Amino acid sequence: MNQPTPKEYAKMAQQASPATKSWKNIPLAFLVGGLICTIGQLFFNLYRYAGLEEQDARGAVSVTLIGLGALLTALKVYDNIAKHAGAGTLVPITGFSNAIVSPAIEFKSEGFVMGIGAKMFTIAGPVLVYGISAAALYGLILFIFGLY
Amino acid sequence: MAKRVGRYTLRMENKPSIVGYAAICGKKEGQGPLSQFFDKIYEDTTLGESSWEKAESRLQTEAVTTALRKARLQADGVDYIFAGDLLNQCISSTFGLRSLDIPFLGQYGACSTMAQTLALSSIFVDSGAARRCVAVTSSHFCTAERQFRFPLEYGGQRTPTAQWTVTGSGAAVVDQEGTGPYVQAVTIGRIVDLGIKDAANMGAAMAPAAATTLLDFFHDTGTKPEDYDLILTGDLGQIGSDLLYDLTQREGVSIGSKHKDCGLLIFDRQSQDVHAGGSGCGCAGSVLCSYILNQVREGTLKNILFMATGALMSTTSSQQGESIPGVAHLVQIKSRG
Repeated sequence: MNQPTPKEYAKMAQQASPATKSWKNIPLAFLVGGLICTIGQLFFNLYRYAGLEEQDARGAVSVTLIGLGALLTALKVYDNIAKHAGAGTLVPITGFSNAIVSPAIEFKSEGFVMGIGAKMFTIAGPVLVYGISAAALYGLILFIFGLY
Repeated sequence: MAKRVGRYTLRMENKPSIVGYAAICGKKEGQGPLSQFFDKIYEDTTLGESSWEKAESRLQTEAVTTALRKARLQADGVDYIFAGDLLNQCISSTFGLRSLDIPFLGQYGACSTMAQTLALSSIFVDSGAARRCVAVTSSHFCTAERQFRFPLEYGGQRTPTAQWTVTGSGAAVVDQEGTGPYVQAVTIGRIVDLGIKDAANMGAAMAPAAATTLLDFFHDTGTKPEDYDLILTGDLGQIGSDLLYDLTQREGVSIGSKHKDCGLLIFDRQSQDVHAGGSGCGCAGSVLCSYILNQVREGTLKNILFMATGALMSTTSSQQGESIPGVAHLVQIKSRG
């Protein structure tokens, strides 16, 4: 068979594959991501109004959004929003919540230890590892600069 | 005894017959264009079981028992069962078939499994090594997602090239005697890898294997697409199908007017949101063992080429950055009418 080379075939495959609909996905991600942030701001104002200090109100907002993300994941709603919203639901803290709750639900069938316990961080694990490592590294840099 | 024709093709001499077949499907497949042809549609994709894996096993059990019942046979009349699926160590097959007490040979050909098991069943029956064999395969959207991709509730976005794993199972009983459709020839495919690495574009990864096997068959038998009523691929989807036309066209073989793909038949791509089409062992299995074999039995299709394609990667190979090898096996099925 007069087979194309892998390079030629990569080009053929690229031409045959429809591109991601960025014209639709990017504005939707912006709108939904923005909406989640707006909801966060509403909770912030609410907590401030209720008498929390600014620092505490920020923490409470994070907890609320994580809780809402977990709730919507458990109600099988989050993935249906994410299908349209893409990065808009992935990047905010609700996405992080979804990344932990969804494997916890999925792997319940393998038990509480090897299922939920071991698999809960399969998606969010790398974010934690590199997020915490980066925070430690920047903290160290800041500390060294602080010495002089 | 099967006789070798050319380099890659085996021609059956004793017309191994498909005397019974069945397709069992899930809810989404039941909402698709082929719903009326399936033997059973489960509205509950758990099938009332406690895990997705048990649900998939059950699909296989039901497909085999229904096919045997339609052939008016008992399990003890079957000499060998060739079965496979997509899960690690083929557990849908082993757990689904363990109670049947039939000598079992597990197969892994990824989504090419229906053609692989049907080819082996035909060769065994044709050679006289078995009086009767069963070929069966299955896939389940939820087991495939959790093994190969993400948890069901994870908020990810599927690319336009991604395909939707069919929840379904297809089984066929191949017998030395019979009046229905029979297997005329089989071509076992070679592994072909043209370097596609995107696991969300399996159609593109498998199309070169499909083209290779199809051209091997035409070369071995001295035939051309016009000699057949239908060239049916397993789950190339829209992108893989388009690439198959391009690849065969390079050899001057035009299959466009004869070709259909199970992955494009089983779902309505637009309304069912399955992107490039259906996929999985159960896609080719359930479409062949319902809609297609019905037409061969009735004689509206007299001579068809069924070619299921498989992407032979694993999650490990994908994570290690390897490309996706493809394979395609072809089974020529004729009607007696």
